[in-house]
Amino acid sequence: MTHFAAVVLFALFASIVFGITQRETPQRMIRYGAYCFVLFVGSAIVLSWLMFLIAR
Amino acid sequence: MATPENKIAAAGQQAQEGFVYLPLIAGWLVPGAGHFLLRKWGRGALLSVSILGMFVLGLAMQGKVYSNAHDILDILGLAGDLGSGLLYFGSRILGLGVDQVQLTTADYGTRFIVVAGLLNVIAAVDAHNLRTGRKA
Repeated sequence: MTHFAAVVLFALFASIVFGITQRETPQRMIRYGAYCFVLFVGSAIVLSWLMFLIAR
Repeated sequence: MATPENKIAAAGQQAQEGFVYLPLIAGWLVPGAGHFLLRKWGRGALLSVSILGMFVLGLAMQGKVYSNAHDILDILGLAGDLGSGLLYFGSRILGLGVDQVQLTTADYGTRFIVVAGLLNVIAAVDAHNLRTGRKA
Protein backbone atom coordinates (compact mmCIF):
# COMPACT_ATOMS: atom_id res chain seq x y z
CA MET A 1 0.00 0.00 0.00
CA THR A 2 1.36 3.42 -0.94
CA HIS A 3 1.55 6.27 1.55
CA PHE A 4 -1.11 8.20 -0.37
CA ALA A 5 -3.48 5.22 -0.39
CA ALA A 6 -3.04 4.95 3.38
CA VAL A 7 -3.84 8.67 3.77
CA VAL A 8 -6.96 8.38 1.58
CA LEU A 9 -8.26 5.32 3.46
CA PHE A 10 -7.56 6.94 6.82
CA ALA A 11 -9.37 10.11 5.71
CA LEU A 12 -12.32 8.13 4.33
CA PHE A 13 -12.92 6.07 7.48
CA ALA A 14 -12.37 8.95 9.91
CA SER A 15 -14.62 11.26 7.85
CA ILE A 16 -17.46 8.72 7.83
CA VAL A 17 -17.34 8.44 11.63
CA PHE A 18 -17.03 12.22 12.11
CA GLY A 19 -19.93 12.88 9.73
CA ILE A 20 -22.28 10.41 11.44
CA THR A 21 -21.40 11.37 15.00
CA GLN A 22 -21.05 15.14 14.74
CA ARG A 23 -24.20 16.03 12.77
CA GLU A 24 -27.88 15.12 13.15
CA THR A 25 -29.53 14.94 9.73
CA PRO A 26 -28.32 12.65 6.90
CA GLN A 27 -27.81 15.57 4.51
CA ARG A 28 -25.63 17.45 7.02
CA MET A 29 -23.77 14.23 7.86
CA ILE A 30 -22.81 13.77 4.21
CA ARG A 31 -21.77 17.40 3.84
CA TYR A 32 -19.69 17.37 7.01
CA GLY A 33 -18.12 14.01 6.13
CA ALA A 34 -17.15 15.31 2.68
CA TYR A 35 -15.77 18.50 4.26
CA CYS A 36 -13.60 16.48 6.69
CA PHE A 37 -12.41 14.20 3.87
CA VAL A 38 -11.35 17.14 1.70
CA LEU A 39 -9.57 18.77 4.66
CA PHE A 40 -7.74 15.54 5.56
CA VAL A 41 -6.54 14.78 2.03
CA GLY A 42 -6.01 18.43 1.07
CA SER A 43 -3.87 19.18 4.12
CA ALA A 44 -1.85 15.99 3.54
CA ILE A 45 -1.12 17.08 -0.07
CA VAL A 46 -0.23 20.65 0.93
CA LEU A 47 2.04 19.51 3.78
CA SER A 48 3.69 16.93 1.50
CA TRP A 49 4.53 19.61 -1.08
CA LEU A 50 5.83 21.91 1.66
CA MET A 51 8.13 19.20 3.00
CA PHE A 52 9.27 18.38 -0.55
CA LEU A 53 10.12 22.03 -1.24
CA ILE A 54 11.86 22.48 2.12
CA ALA A 55 13.95 19.36 1.57
CA ARG A 56 15.20 20.59 -1.86
CA MET B 1 -46.14 18.92 13.80
CA ALA B 2 -42.90 16.92 14.08
CA THR B 3 -40.35 19.69 14.65
CA PRO B 4 -36.79 18.77 15.69
CA GLU B 5 -37.62 19.92 19.24
CA ASN B 6 -40.63 17.58 19.38
CA LYS B 7 -38.53 14.70 18.06
CA ILE B 8 -35.88 15.28 20.73
CA ALA B 9 -38.57 15.50 23.44
CA ALA B 10 -40.17 12.24 22.22
CA ALA B 11 -36.77 10.55 22.13
CA GLY B 12 -36.12 11.83 25.64
CA GLN B 13 -39.36 10.28 26.89
CA GLN B 14 -38.45 6.93 25.29
CA ALA B 15 -35.01 7.20 26.87
CA GLN B 16 -36.45 6.93 30.35
CA GLU B 17 -37.13 3.21 29.84
CA GLY B 18 -34.54 0.45 30.26
CA PHE B 19 -30.80 0.48 30.89
CA VAL B 20 -29.53 3.68 29.26
CA TYR B 21 -25.88 2.62 29.19
CA LEU B 22 -26.51 -0.54 27.13
CA PRO B 23 -25.86 1.12 23.71
CA LEU B 24 -22.71 2.74 25.12
CA ILE B 25 -21.31 -0.56 26.39
CA ALA B 26 -22.43 -2.56 23.34
CA GLY B 27 -21.02 0.11 21.03
CA TRP B 28 -17.69 -0.01 22.83
CA LEU B 29 -17.48 -3.82 22.78
CA VAL B 30 -18.59 -4.25 19.14
CA PRO B 31 -18.24 -1.34 16.68
CA GLY B 32 -21.69 -0.19 15.50
CA ALA B 33 -23.60 -2.42 17.93
CA GLY B 34 -24.87 0.58 19.94
CA HIS B 35 -26.53 2.00 16.84
CA PHE B 36 -27.89 -1.41 15.83
CA LEU B 37 -29.57 -1.69 19.26
CA LEU B 38 -31.26 1.65 18.57
CA ARG B 39 -32.37 0.42 15.11
CA LYS B 40 -30.11 2.90 13.33
CA TRP B 41 -29.12 0.25 10.81
CA GLY B 42 -27.50 2.48 8.19
CA ARG B 43 -25.43 4.50 10.63
CA GLY B 44 -24.43 1.35 12.52
CA ALA B 45 -23.33 -0.43 9.35
CA LEU B 46 -21.24 2.52 8.18
CA LEU B 47 -19.61 2.94 11.59
CA SER B 48 -18.97 -0.79 11.85
CA VAL B 49 -17.38 -1.02 8.38
CA SER B 50 -15.26 2.10 8.97
CA ILE B 51 -13.92 1.08 12.38
CA LEU B 52 -13.44 -2.58 11.48
CA GLY B 53 -11.81 -1.58 8.19
CA MET B 54 -9.38 0.73 9.94
CA PHE B 55 -8.51 -1.88 12.58
CA VAL B 56 -8.01 -4.68 10.03
CA LEU B 57 -5.91 -2.44 7.77
CA GLY B 58 -3.77 -1.58 10.78
CA LEU B 59 -3.19 -5.27 11.46
CA ALA B 60 -2.54 -5.94 7.76
CA MET B 61 0.14 -3.23 7.78
CA GLN B 62 1.77 -5.15 10.66
CA GLY B 63 0.90 -2.46 13.16
CA LYS B 64 1.67 -2.82 16.84
CA VAL B 65 -1.05 -3.79 19.31
CA TYR B 66 -0.07 -2.33 22.68
CA SER B 67 0.05 -4.88 25.47
CA ASN B 68 1.91 -3.01 28.22
CA ALA B 69 2.97 0.54 28.97
CA HIS B 70 6.57 1.56 29.61
CA ASP B 71 6.20 5.33 29.10
CA ILE B 72 3.53 7.98 28.64
CA LEU B 73 3.24 7.40 24.87
CA ASP B 74 2.71 3.68 25.44
CA ILE B 75 -0.03 4.48 27.97
CA LEU B 76 -1.78 6.72 25.44
CA GLY B 77 -1.44 4.05 22.74
CA LEU B 78 -2.82 1.39 25.07
CA ALA B 79 -5.76 3.64 25.99
CA GLY B 80 -6.50 4.17 22.30
CA ASP B 81 -6.27 0.44 21.55
CA LEU B 82 -8.61 -0.40 24.44
CA GLY B 83 -11.27 1.75 22.75
CA SER B 84 -11.72 -1.01 20.17
CA GLY B 85 -13.33 -3.25 22.80
CA LEU B 86 -13.57 -6.90 21.80
CA LEU B 87 -11.45 -6.28 18.68
CA TYR B 88 -8.53 -5.43 20.96
CA PHE B 89 -9.04 -8.37 23.32
CA GLY B 90 -9.58 -10.73 20.35
CA SER B 91 -6.41 -9.58 18.66
CA ARG B 92 -4.48 -10.01 21.92
CA ILE B 93 -5.85 -13.53 22.43
CA LEU B 94 -5.12 -14.51 18.81
CA GLY B 95 -1.65 -12.94 18.96
CA LEU B 96 -2.35 -10.57 16.05
CA GLY B 97 -0.26 -7.47 15.54
CA VAL B 98 3.44 -7.16 16.21
CA ASP B 99 5.34 -6.25 19.36
CA GLN B 100 8.10 -4.29 17.64
CA VAL B 101 7.53 -2.05 14.61
CA GLN B 102 10.03 -2.96 11.87
CA LEU B 103 8.57 -1.43 8.70
CA THR B 104 7.64 2.14 7.79
CA THR B 105 4.09 1.09 6.99
CA ALA B 106 3.89 -0.73 10.32
CA ASP B 107 4.10 2.63 12.05
CA TYR B 108 1.08 3.73 10.02
CA GLY B 109 -0.62 0.47 10.97
CA THR B 110 -0.06 1.21 14.65
CA ARG B 111 -1.76 4.60 14.21
CA PHE B 112 -4.64 3.00 12.30
CA ILE B 113 -5.25 0.60 15.20
CA VAL B 114 -5.12 3.37 17.82
CA VAL B 115 -7.38 5.69 15.81
CA ALA B 116 -9.87 2.85 15.19
CA GLY B 117 -10.20 2.57 18.98
CA LEU B 118 -10.65 6.32 19.43
CA LEU B 119 -13.27 6.47 16.65
CA ASN B 120 -15.08 3.56 18.29
CA VAL B 121 -15.28 5.51 21.55
CA ILE B 122 -16.78 8.49 19.66
CA ALA B 123 -19.31 6.16 18.00
CA ALA B 124 -20.25 4.54 21.33
CA VAL B 125 -20.78 7.97 22.95
CA ASP B 126 -22.93 8.95 19.95
CA ALA B 127 -25.07 5.84 20.53
CA HIS B 128 -25.42 6.85 24.19
CA ASN B 129 -26.50 10.36 23.17
CA LEU B 130 -29.11 8.89 20.83
CA ARG B 131 -30.35 6.64 23.64
CA THR B 132 -30.68 9.46 26.16
CA GLY B 133 -32.38 11.73 23.62
CA ARG B 134 -29.58 14.29 23.64
CA LYS B 135 -29.28 13.72 19.89
CA ALA B 136 -32.12 12.99 17.45
